[in-house]
Amino acid sequence: MSDFLDVLTNYDILGAYWVNIQLAFFSAVFALLLGLVLAMMRISPVPSLRGFGASYVNLMRNTPLTVIVVFAILVLWPIFNVSFSDNFNQNFFWLAVLSLSLYHASFFCEAIRSGVNTVPVGQAEAARAIGLSFLPAARLVIMPQAFRGAIAPLGNTLIALIKNTTVAAAASVAEVSILMREMIESNGNYVIPIFLTIAVGFVILVIPVGMLTTYLSQKLAVSR
Amino acid sequence: MDNPGMDAPATQPAEASSDVLVSLTDVNKYFGALHVLQDINLDVKRGEVLVVIGPSGSGKSTLCRAINRLEPINSGSITLDGQKLPEEGKPLARLRADVGMVFQSFNLFAHKSILENVTLGPLKVRRLKPAEAKKQAMELLERVGVANQANKLPAQLSGGQQQRVAIARALAMQPKVMLFDEPTSALDPEMVNEVLDVMVSLASEGMTMVVVTHEMGFARKAADRVVFMADGRIVEQAPPDQFFDNPQSERAKDFLSKILTH
Ligand SMILES: Nc1ncnc2c1ncn2[C@@H]1O[C@H](COP(=O)(O)OP(=O)(O)OP(=O)(O)O)[C@@H](O)[C@H]1O
Ligand SMILES: [Mg+2]
Repeated sequence: MSDFLDVLTNYDILGAYWVNIQLAFFSAVFALLLGLVLAMMRISPVPSLRGFGASYVNLMRNTPLTVIVVFAILVLWPIFNVSFSDNFNQNFFWLAVLSLSLYHASFFCEAIRSGVNTVPVGQAEAARAIGLSFLPAARLVIMPQAFRGAIAPLGNTLIALIKNTTVAAAASVAEVSILMREMIESNGNYVIPIFLTIAVGFVILVIPVGMLTTYLSQKLAVSR
Repeated sequence: MDNPGMDAPATQPAEASSDVLVSLTDVNKYFGALHVLQDINLDVKRGEVLVVIGPSGSGKSTLCRAINRLEPINSGSITLDGQKLPEEGKPLARLRADVGMVFQSFNLFAHKSILENVTLGPLKVRRLKPAEAKKQAMELLERVGVANQANKLPAQLSGGQQQRVAIARALAMQPKVMLFDEPTSALDPEMVNEVLDVMVSLASEGMTMVVVTHEMGFARKAADRVVFMADGRIVEQAPPDQFFDNPQSERAKDFLSKILTH
């Protein structure tokens, strides 16, 4: 057992997790913002915006995340010169954030839209009837209620996003799944404990998110 | 069935004289193949209280909603205060601010307090200062008798209270005309009068009102004119006493006999 503790202390596991947390944090912020914009497009009165929103969601939601990450590092960066930093590692970190954001935005969009569906049409009609046009009606009346009705699906999307940060390994970002592979390669006798350690780390990250969303979805529920 | 009871005070000429506030000319509206408004011509004068009555599905709600373009029409024209209804965007929103609307299901903003429900429009559309909006809102809530509930959420109020708040919310925009679509038909019977009382007092203060309702007591007390609709047409219109005591068309007689037997 003490040998296994040596293995653990020889690697910077917390540092690797910190990378996943940063990936998750930045991607969640950007994906949520983009998802909100997409959801607004999808409920807007402008047909071309609705069409764009729907196409985006269908394209991104149905493309494997790994493919998007590989596209970012093999196409966006070298061919279209999408670069965030001269530092190689920094650049790949942000390309991973970009990929995670673009991909999860489609899920956040759909989560918000399911929240919009919990808002009775009468709310939008009342908003229009007092003279609010689309954007103020969405901002002041529809979206605040939609978010409260969408906390559970938003939480699920966030949980999926946190776990999907491991796909950044495809962009050689030094996150925890790459570390796990390294650890296993040089400590083959501890495969199972290493695997369990990493898995437990994710459980520890994800469980509070689940608890928080359950709590919030009850606390913030709109009573009608 | 073309307007047999048309000895009501003349209302048909379409010229936009300044005492006409809302004017519908040859309005047609379809839902798919369903012709829900058929050649509607109707003028509402400033200060007039119009009650719209008729069987279910006759197009009363659609007529009401067409007046603030919650329901776009297929042909004809609707003007408010001499101005044609704008198609969309900012001008339409501005027009809607001048038309108060009260719904059957209240539709108070569920996530906002009673006070916020009433101040939202004045703050965001009329751009009043917060203190001013609040003062005006509290006066209106006082007037409809729910000032003591100002900080509650809509779900904490009774239906009658919610509907009175909805009236206050509409009045806060200082509308030129108020539309009511069956404002009391979702209410428990004991709450109907508290809402009708507010509407009667509003009518007596000279508010222009279009009210879809089957409350004959209200129509007799407050209406200047009853418009009877059936199958998307205006079949008959007359002052309330004349309409209820001596309906002219078969459709109206038939309809009244059904609602009177209860
Ligand atoms: N959004 C819609 N889509 C399709 N048909 C509709 C729609 N709204 C109303 N209709 C139909 O149009 C007709 C007129 O409806 P409307 O709601 O104006 O009637 P109403 O006189 O208000 O009836 P009620 O007394 O039941 O409220 C009805 O046959 C109704 O089924
Ligand atoms: Mg109706």
